Amino acid sequence: MTGTIRPSTADDFNGALKGGAGDDSPLSRLKLIRWSDFSLVPVILVLMLIGFIVSPVFLTSDNLISVVQQSSELSLLVLGQALILICGRMDLSLESTIGIAPVVAMWLVLDSDGGRFAGLGLFPSWSAIPLCLLVGLVIGAINGFLMLKLRVNGFIATLGMLTMLRGLHIGITEGKSITDVPESFRYLGKASWFGAPAAVWICLVLFAIGGAALAWLRHGRSLYAIGGNPEAARAAGIRVDRITWIVLAIGGLLAAFAGILYTGHYGAVAATQGNGWIFQVFAAAVIGGISLKGGRGTLFGALTGVLTLQLVVNVMTLGGVPALWNQFLNGAIIIVALVISRFASGEKQD
Amino acid sequence: MDQAPPPAVQAEGVVKRFGPTVALDGVKLTVQPGESHALVGRNGAGKSTLVSVLTGLHKADAGTVTFGGEPAPAFGDTTAWQSKVACVYQKSMVVPDLTVAENLFLNRFDEKSRWISWGRLRKRAEQLLADYGVQVDPNTRARDLAVEQRQFVEIARALSFGARLIILDEPTAQLDARGIGRLFDKLRELQDQGVAFLFISHHLQEVYELCTAVTVYRDARHVMTAPVADVTKTELVAAMTGEKSAGATAWHAAGTATPPDASAEPILRTEGLTLEGRFEPLDLQVHPGEVLGLAGSAASGNTALGEVLAGMRKADGGTVRVHGKDVRSGSVPHALDAGIGYIPEDRHDQGLVLERSVAENATLTVTDQLGPWGTVLPSRTREFARGMIESLDIKTQGPEQPVSGLSGGNQQKVVVARALAREPSVLVAVRPTAGVDVKSKDSLLGVVRRVADEGNAAVVVSDELDDLRVCDRVLALFHGRVVATFASGWSDGELVAAMEGVGERE
Repeated sequence: MTGTIRPSTADDFNGALKGGAGDDSPLSRLKLIRWSDFSLVPVILVLMLIGFIVSPVFLTSDNLISVVQQSSELSLLVLGQALILICGRMDLSLESTIGIAPVVAMWLVLDSDGGRFAGLGLFPSWSAIPLCLLVGLVIGAINGFLMLKLRVNGFIATLGMLTMLRGLHIGITEGKSITDVPESFRYLGKASWFGAPAAVWICLVLFAIGGAALAWLRHGRSLYAIGGNPEAARAAGIRVDRITWIVLAIGGLLAAFAGILYTGHYGAVAATQGNGWIFQVFAAAVIGGISLKGGRGTLFGALTGVLTLQLVVNVMTLGGVPALWNQFLNGAIIIVALVISRFASGEKQD
Repeated sequence: MDQAPPPAVQAEGVVKRFGPTVALDGVKLTVQPGESHALVGRNGAGKSTLVSVLTGLHKADAGTVTFGGEPAPAFGDTTAWQSKVACVYQKSMVVPDLTVAENLFLNRFDEKSRWISWGRLRKRAEQLLADYGVQVDPNTRARDLAVEQRQFVEIARALSFGARLIILDEPTAQLDARGIGRLFDKLRELQDQGVAFLFISHHLQEVYELCTAVTVYRDARHVMTAPVADVTKTELVAAMTGEKSAGATAWHAAGTATPPDASAEPILRTEGLTLEGRFEPLDLQVHPGEVLGLAGSAASGNTALGEVLAGMRKADGGTVRVHGKDVRSGSVPHALDAGIGYIPEDRHDQGLVLERSVAENATLTVTDQLGPWGTVLPSRTREFARGMIESLDIKTQGPEQPVSGLSGGNQQKVVVARALAREPSVLVAVRPTAGVDVKSKDSLLGVVRRVADEGNAAVVVSDELDDLRVCDRVLALFHGRVVATFASGWSDGELVAAMEGVGERE
């Protein structure tokens, strides 16, 4: 079964309604679940056990909330990248989008005189969020244009885009941080709903929507066909290029949204915002069972991939690993996690 | 030399199990030197497993294999296996971007020197190709070779390792008639030099053309071995299917249904339809209840015509009309909406998303009908797929099984299911029975016929005579032009002659 957030309850219900004809019985349906999608769940449980042993602080709600809060921005990039990977493409520029989109929005919104950063003041400040999202959408659309209309290599095109946008970011901000964050950004980044940060809820909802779209919407399902065999998808009447283009634009949009949450949460845009994230994004997606060749993987898997990586970092911090060794361990952990998920799922990663 | 030489390969009592499934159940096979031996059987009969055992890819659980009287090399000793036997697969086993010379001597460029001497390599390649009379320039890149030339190169490479037994797995699947002719000529030549061939094919006619002996497997067991001359086609089919067949080619349009109504308004009509360099302006009319055959080799342009009808390619001129309405050219969604269903030529290229389930593949064209507001409800998808599985008799563990796990014939049925899902009023089928076993073939062609008998139109694009037998009318294409029209009841000879352009030149 390939549903993303497994529609098991609904299916079982339907099966029961139909009188459980033959292989619709819950037991045999259980066999059809792709257990590999859940292969990281035990890993997460083990990590939590280790965390509990390492430090009593680990299981406090404060700590766990900070883990999910820190996961939220990364997970949005992973969500976007996962959709793009499933339809057989990749977009490296997401990590620059998370920085440049808020910067451009603030540049257009902020006053030209007051504050340390001189903006253009072209738009009212309420438009910061829509502008930011629009920038992300446009970047994704340009990537789509390069890949689908000009048919250039997507890897290099988005690598170029990554570098170019990073440069634009530094150029606009003159290499400095912007601290005059619009109130709307700040609210989304800082607000707390029902005892957890708003960003976390938003992420969960977006993942749920994405998962539902992949499971139950015809255009969502078509991503798997496009990634699995674009020619077959075309022969079946799927508008391959159009849908791929939309997915790339959505990827940019999600990255821009991650930028809003990140900026709001820290109250500033650093010149290096998002720098180096793309490796984490790919690592989380692949660990979570998404194929780099397209056509395979689920958003639930991707989400567990993000959580796994973040939990490891958290446990390390609590365990008192010196900060200077963080990068070394981070890389090592990605490799270890990759190997674990390869054998836990029993599927080749490609 | 009084004694007959030992057989090129002799397998006795070979057993191979994969978990609970018995893939080979005590089978035997003997191929004499210089013999072309056919191995036939339906999908799942154990042919591929035997090939794996004979080429050292799998270790047999029991039984003996000898090559030229000597016991088979130890399992895992690849070099030793290479010197005994080689298999030319359907899939290309050459590196497309390297030259022929490099492919021939890949990883054994030069024994004496650490450095590759390109000049010497080229000379050795020339020598090797000349030895076996293969006319291929060693400097061409492998990707530029025709399919049969690529096969010659693979055979020459195998022979240069010392192998005297070559296994050919469906070698003619991607060849047109001309290529097949060249391949067979070459094989006969090599046979005279003492090379033995094990020929695996679904195409019984070729077995009769090329082979001297035939072995039939069914359900992992050996059924019979006999000289080809002593078995009739009917007996062979009966041995393969295990049932008394009413002749392999039971499908013939005549008498299967009420004749199509030529006075009725045609369902499919093309006017001046053309694609530069593929086919010249073409007027077609297909009436309700009619199956139209477009016969021709790969180069005749009939495949391109099928693709244009299905919207996969944009025509350079002319119109396609279904029920009198224009269909926008070059757009599959428009073609689908107009009621054109499409069975593509190659199920791996355009037909299937191999890693996805049967249900998903079968419903790919109807995702808009499986739930409200653009949703695709899993329950309805399954239900729909189950109906298809039943009506087309697809052998699968269930709608959720990935299509990659199905046999060739059943994969093709999934492609057909996808084409039929929208209940098309025009079915375009391009080589619908390529690489499927005899029984699936009959049922697939039966489906095409049934679509037409229900009052729709069908177009079969193929060079397979069996495919064309279901047609009420056959147009033979040669170099993009219709050279002859046949009503049902044509003889094999005249149609083949027309497809080959015989009489066209004069």
